[in-house]
Amino acid sequence: MNKTIKLKIDGKVIPAEEGQTIVQAAHSNGIYIPTLCNFEGAKPKGCCRMCTIKINNRYMTACTTPAADGMEVENNTAEINDIRKSIIELLFVSGNHFCPSCEKSGNCELQALAYRYEMMVPRFPYTFPQKGVDAKSPKIVKDQNRCISCKRCIKTIEDEQGRKYFAFKDRGYKLEVVIDEEMAKTMTDEIAQLAMDNCPVGSILKKEIGYNEPIGTRKYDKKPIGSEFEV
Amino acid sequence: MPKKITIEPVTRVEGHGKVTIMLDDFGNVRDSRLHIVEFRGFERFVQGRPYWEAPVLVQRLCGICPVSHHLAAAKALDVIVGAGTGHGLTAVGEKMRRLMHYGQFFQSHVLHFFHLSSPDFLFGIDGDPALRNIIGVAMNNRDLAVQGVMMRKYGQEIIRLTAGKKIHGTGAIPGGINKNLSIAERDELLSGPDPLNADKMVEWSEAALDFFKDYHKNNQSMVDNFAAYPSNHLSIVREDGAFDIYNGVLRAVDNEGNIILHDVDCQDYNKYIEEEVKSWSYMKFPYLKELGPEKGWYRVGPLARLNVCDFMPTPLAQKEFEEFKAYTSGKPNGMSLHYHWARLIEVLHCAEMIRDLLKDPDLQNDDLVVKGEKRYKGVGVIEAPRGTLFHHYEINNDDQITLANLIVSTTNNNQPMNSAVNLTAKSFMNGQAEITEPMMNAVEVAIRAYDPCLSCATHALGKMPLEMTLVNANNEIIDKKNK
Repeated sequence: MNKTIKLKIDGKVIPAEEGQTIVQAAHSNGIYIPTLCNFEGAKPKGCCRMCTIKINNRYMTACTTPAADGMEVENNTAEINDIRKSIIELLFVSGNHFCPSCEKSGNCELQALAYRYEMMVPRFPYTFPQKGVDAKSPKIVKDQNRCISCKRCIKTIEDEQGRKYFAFKDRGYKLEVVIDEEMAKTMTDEIAQLAMDNCPVGSILKKEIGYNEPIGTRKYDKKPIGSEFEV
Repeated sequence: MPKKITIEPVTRVEGHGKVTIMLDDFGNVRDSRLHIVEFRGFERFVQGRPYWEAPVLVQRLCGICPVSHHLAAAKALDVIVGAGTGHGLTAVGEKMRRLMHYGQFFQSHVLHFFHLSSPDFLFGIDGDPALRNIIGVAMNNRDLAVQGVMMRKYGQEIIRLTAGKKIHGTGAIPGGINKNLSIAERDELLSGPDPLNADKMVEWSEAALDFFKDYHKNNQSMVDNFAAYPSNHLSIVREDGAFDIYNGVLRAVDNEGNIILHDVDCQDYNKYIEEEVKSWSYMKFPYLKELGPEKGWYRVGPLARLNVCDFMPTPLAQKEFEEFKAYTSGKPNGMSLHYHWARLIEVLHCAEMIRDLLKDPDLQNDDLVVKGEKRYKGVGVIEAPRGTLFHHYEINNDDQITLANLIVSTTNNNQPMNSAVNLTAKSFMNGQAEITEPMMNAVEVAIRAYDPCLSCATHALGKMPLEMTLVNANNEIIDKKNK
């Protein structure tokens, strides 16, 4: 067993195992730190910055920063929460997210975070980028309008031999997550469902089934995102 | 001097439109037009989306009767997923959808009658405009206003329990539905505390009919002669000729009652119906191909449905239907204000159907969805509160929508509403030196009888203000009034 250390989050002393990230330590102690690109079982990258925290007056990503003995973390403060809210707003304006007709509505982490951080009208102008829908795969639709490039599908969706179904294409503002056309032909229903479930937004949709979860029974219909961690 | 009158906005209807009336040198109505001035373009931007999104996406056309669009789209997609063209769903699938539809019909008709039209009946067409609204109704006839509000609430609760929420739910999915009705939900609707239960809704529906019939009795000449004109009528009917708003075949009758469209399959609607575009309105003008645009236009909605069907399949509504039919000796009824009468008979029918359906144990079944061999084209036709609604989708091999064609209820009533406006304008304005508020309201009353949803008709969003402009023969604006 790893050595137990102690750190403070918003003034509360919590124990953590040495080697745990701050997100892991917080969540195992009933404290919520929001994440989007971070996914259990996959190596964290800190690319979405949703888990921004402040340590010793520096902004860090809690999913990539190891917890350390004596560390003092600012998490649920007005300043940090506003930074997180601005990140959510940026994600909304940089894509085309129309929740009313999106079948991921109610199960979407981005939408749930927007509710949790009380996003009303984004402070940034909408960019309405020209994005497409790739529906050529037999099992899934990849809607680029909603993709937030979190890389969760790239990191977690692979076949038995470890071959990836998804990959990044291009760079900068042209960056897109695309499907390997040949691999897509071999995709099973189970893999398609997993890809849809692991996508935090409505960018990966399993074909021919939509809205099959009634309103009221969806993941975030009753409890806000993060409540599964909070004491 | 010739004049042109513009009424903008038209009030107490859904959507935004205006009326233009042209007067000649002698102050007589030369021509009139109901312009629909909004445009949104759902048919275009649904292209490229995965087909199963359509019922949820397209219902955003409207906040009053989104269920109609939701179900019409779902019915079209039933065909695409191989669930048949009408009776292919499981019992719970069809019955849950029907319950949702009756609930929505109920609330929409009630909204129209109590909130939008009852002020005209209570205070008169020339009543004080400050009172002639739902607030005035509440102040002067509290019981009537409460009934209107609570009946609408009941319909909305049905939608909530079948579609997930009151506006823009997700209950209908291609091939079926995503939930059944639990026993607790059934009991809430069937035997909830007064007044929110099925029996009370039947009772109040009968009372609303009595209210209108009393009004009719006391104002018979006005009600019968207001914008009355002969026309064709179109709706779906059950295969045996019964009134049915969810499923059936297309039938049209002429003003004598002769069948001019013989119970054809809804999948073939575009063999029989064509749409004409006119430069002065965003709303198209549908007509029966065989008869052409001049003679082939038709009315839809409550009046047309009762003119087209052979009987009502519930006892209380059937009794009222017989009285309604007897009034015109069995011939089609062309009196615009009788739309209200027909609408209230439909309210009663829906209340009866809701009460019967809630007692049906099929609603608790678990076999929610069926699917078969995929097709690439599907048409869904349903009777929306305002009339026959067509949704037609085609998809490609990648499951993306490539074509969407919607003929919305109010679009079908485009020419009839123009005719009603014309008749009313002539009746109220011919030879008049000044355009008064009651004259403008009379034109609105004619439009309002059709309960138009101009937002749906143009697939557009907005309020329904009415503008009237008075223009002379040289097209110079002489007078303009806005409401």
